[in-house]
Amino acid sequence: MKLREIVNQLQLAVKTGADLLDRDVNGGYAGDLLSDVLAHARVGNLWITLHTHPNIVAVASSKDLAGIIVVNGRTPDEETLRKAAEEQIPILISSGSTYSVVCKLGELGIT
Amino acid sequence: MKDDKISEVIRVGKAQVLVYELRVEAAMSTNVCSVSPDDTMEDVRKILKEHAISGLPVVAGDELKGIVSIEDLIESILEGKTADRVSQRMTREPVTICSDDLLVRAINDFGRYRYGRFPVINRQTKKLVGIITKGDIIRCLFKRLESNHYEDELRRYRAGHLFEDIRSDHSSLVLKYNLEGASFEKAGEGSSQLKKNLLRLGIHPDVARRITIASYEAEMNMVIFCKGGTLIATIEPRCVTVNAVDQGPGIPDIARAMEPGYSTAPDWVRELGFGAGMGLPNIKNCSDEMHLDSTVGKGTNLQFKVYTKK
Ligand SMILES: Nc1ncnc2c1ncn2[C@@H]1O[C@H](COP(=O)(O)OP(=O)(O)OP(=O)(O)O)[C@@H](O)[C@H]1O
Ligand SMILES: [Mg+2]
Repeated sequence: MKLREIVNQLQLAVKTGADLLDRDVNGGYAGDLLSDVLAHARVGNLWITLHTHPNIVAVASSKDLAGIIVVNGRTPDEETLRKAAEEQIPILISSGSTYSVVCKLGELGIT
Repeated sequence: MKDDKISEVIRVGKAQVLVYELRVEAAMSTNVCSVSPDDTMEDVRKILKEHAISGLPVVAGDELKGIVSIEDLIESILEGKTADRVSQRMTREPVTICSDDLLVRAINDFGRYRYGRFPVINRQTKKLVGIITKGDIIRCLFKRLESNHYEDELRRYRAGHLFEDIRSDHSSLVLKYNLEGASFEKAGEGSSQLKKNLLRLGIHPDVARRITIASYEAEMNMVIFCKGGTLIATIEPRCVTVNAVDQGPGIPDIARAMEPGYSTAPDWVRELGFGAGMGLPNIKNCSDEMHLDSTVGKGTNLQFKVYTKK
């Protein structure tokens, strides 16, 4: 499924990567331990996290993730957004919790 | 070309970025055929036929007065009035676009107005400087895409053939990233630059990713547990070796540090999502060989190798 459809269905705010929403999402990973994400997320996954600091961009870009959903309506740091734009990582904000985001993604068939 | 088609074409990857970068003047045709308001529809017929086009701007002096299309001509023929002046038949105050408008604006206007062409005027002088059709836009995008693509390929080619072009018994390329006193925010930049360079050297993305992840973990450890350090990547034709060297506190029990889940990370670092105790195990999993040397009070040298050609 395309990132664009997920953005529409979950009503996510697009902070960076508005021009990258044609990316395919092949699954999801939820987690707030960065090393765990590096170990277990798969290339092309959409990552759900509550972190907002610039290291999330480094993780997503090292692992070639499709994008990041930041939960609980948190606002990413300026530096995070700058890096995300540079590294072409879409950052999307959900007002919901990790649990609710994961449930909705599950309903859309993203596993 | 139908409007949904043109938006289809620009949806694909780089083209979409390009239409936000390029301006109308980059795509428009500048040698514009035009007629004067006093010319006749018969004159219009001749010009359209000669140039195989379907519409013309109507110009007096340098000033745009209107636009006359093949539909206007057909109507005049059906009414038997091809001797009419262009000024009687043209569309007045046509929709125009400025030469410094972004291409995306033109694309939107094509969708909105359903005209086949827009006269292009200079924003300040209001004078006619060109004309733009959907075909012009598509041609311009394809040309740009092709040359971008070509440049990318060329860069990769040049770097990728480094080892074949430079003759020696043994060649290696050493990339050094100084992370001395690196701040938390800056951390990760060494491995991110390394990744770009590996890809440029033509190293397979899957292999480059493993090297990047391991380098990132090493970089973060040096930032969190030491006051930074140095990341040195040695690239050889068949293998990439990375050394992460620091003068930090050292690791008292290496076997323990290697255990998944073991971490001495302080609370403030854990709040940021570090400290799962999975960094060193990740490095081991991503690499083909790993050596960890450490002396308490002196520092740590972590080395890992990834074979790029099996
Ligand atoms: N360069 C280093 N200097 C000193 N101690 C280190 C260094 N690298 C690792 N260590 C020690 O080894 C432990 C395990 O490291 P590892 O990278 O596996 O986990 P972590 O950094 O604590 O957590 P994570 O990497 O999952 O965020 C660390 O907690 C730390 O005590
Ligand atoms: Mg670590």
